Amino acid sequence: MRAETIDSLTAYARMNPDVMLLTADLGYSVLERFAEALPAQYANVGVCEQAMVGIAAGLALSGRRVVLYSIANFPTLRCLEQLRNDVCYHNLPVTVIAVGGGLAYGAQGYTHHGVEDLGIISMLPNMAVACPADPHEAMALLPQLLERRRPGYLRLGRSGEPELHRANVEITLGCAVWMRRGTDIALLATGPILGRALRAADELAKRGISASVASFPTFSPLDTALVREAASSHRAILTVEEHSVEGGFGSRVAEALLMGGHAPRFGKFGVTDALRGRIGSQSWLLDALGSVEHHAQALL
Amino acid sequence: MSGVDTRELARRLRRHAVRMTHRAHASHVGSCLSIADILAVLYGAVLQVDSAWPDRPDRDRLVVSKGHAAAIVYAALAETGFLPVEELDSYSADGSRLAGHVTRTVPGVELSTGSLGHGLPVAAGMALAAVRAGAGWRAICILSDGELDEGSNWEAVQFSQQFRLSNLVAIVDYNKIQSFGSVAEVSDLHPLADKFRAFNWGVHEVDGHDHAALKAALTSPAPLTGRPTAIVAHTIKGKGVSFMEGELAWHYKSPDEAQLKAALAELEVGA
Repeated sequence: MRAETIDSLTAYARMNPDVMLLTADLGYSVLERFAEALPAQYANVGVCEQAMVGIAAGLALSGRRVVLYSIANFPTLRCLEQLRNDVCYHNLPVTVIAVGGGLAYGAQGYTHHGVEDLGIISMLPNMAVACPADPHEAMALLPQLLERRRPGYLRLGRSGEPELHRANVEITLGCAVWMRRGTDIALLATGPILGRALRAADELAKRGISASVASFPTFSPLDTALVREAASSHRAILTVEEHSVEGGFGSRVAEALLMGGHAPRFGKFGVTDALRGRIGSQSWLLDALGSVEHHAQALL
Repeated sequence: MSGVDTRELARRLRRHAVRMTHRAHASHVGSCLSIADILAVLYGAVLQVDSAWPDRPDRDRLVVSKGHAAAIVYAALAETGFLPVEELDSYSADGSRLAGHVTRTVPGVELSTGSLGHGLPVAAGMALAAVRAGAGWRAICILSDGELDEGSNWEAVQFSQQFRLSNLVAIVDYNKIQSFGSVAEVSDLHPLADKFRAFNWGVHEVDGHDHAALKAALTSPAPLTGRPTAIVAHTIKGKGVSFMEGELAWHYKSPDEAQLKAALAELEVGA
């Protein structure tokens, strides 16, 4: 979904010359298409994420909309205070794109596992946090983040994520969408791990369990209306995320349920301490967390 | 602001700073007095800014990265028409817009600061915006010396030479004192001017209380063509109040009644 998103950004920036793309020297073989098409709107600032965020704030204070590009923790945790003070406190139109979110760079080691970003970034003021599941969601959300003209975060996977939606599904920032409807349990997923939730629903159907699946392309603000609708129509809810289950999507959904007066059987599937220090492919690491269908069945 | 007596302006800024920190029981009066002359020369004779139109697009941008010197920055803005002088009495008070660290809700403030090492990267981004837009305005950043311990500054220093930001000026308030003691004892910056030169910056080294020297450094052509400029301003922390000069304690203390009276007496016209 990296390449598709940058193509989408290039098209948008061509129409909107106030949009600039900065990278901290990452994006080889991905960003060239933007840099070659729109050199005056592009800058590789070097390997310096803290300065990159400050530079973005300076550009934004001077009338630009700025998109930042880097990997997982580098444009987020490395420069968290610059995001907090320079961008979010000033409510500036700066959108951070982090690629390799979750365990996409799983074999590169824990330094490259982006599994705390969503929870931490969503605490920052004025910030919208998007976590698309497939290229369709990513390409739909990027222009919406830019049109918002406020701080934004777009967490992407890497490449080769399959399309999970029928192409004509409308994706709106702040809104979750039902992928399939069942009656027993609702699987609520954010990000490319949605594919596992959909496969789990197929597997559960074989076992006589009717599962709904919803995609949450926006992590924050959370679509609490859909969460409560899920609670009203299912006995159980399982959240599915490629992120720490401490303070992540499941925690936010649980809070929304409690605040809404709902108490369904509830579980969280996501990254736990069991994975810390383990390396391997994304699919191998996710397999190590157990199966989504097993977690779902255990709730019923 | 041509025709402004910058020495008189600096005196007025110092009087405001000691009054404000006294009234608010606030810290950092020494850090304020250190940059009184720099601010007076900037606002009185250098910056192209317009108090009637603070967001004017072609204005020069001043980023005060040492946000703890807020009192004297607000004083400079009040003395040059950006906010009422009487409002300075609300410095650090409950519900005031004049926070203890420089805050952008105040007209004329470009960036809220307070955590060190944030201002120069932002000023560099502003300078890049001007370069890319073909605009003539400058981005000027005032940094403390202790603040240069923050690595983010050196990221921006490196970036700014690569992008040939000749419209960027970093003024270092080199008063040689940081939070725990002298800069030499805590984290020595010597030779500071050479550090900037090694990063391909042009450098002026001046007495930061000499108005003619400051004005010359801020208005003369860049010392290195096509590169950013650093002004290493040798200053005295607490400058202008004899018992505060060079004293670390005045990074923290606020003047009591007697000290305020003594300080104001030293800051009388002709004193």
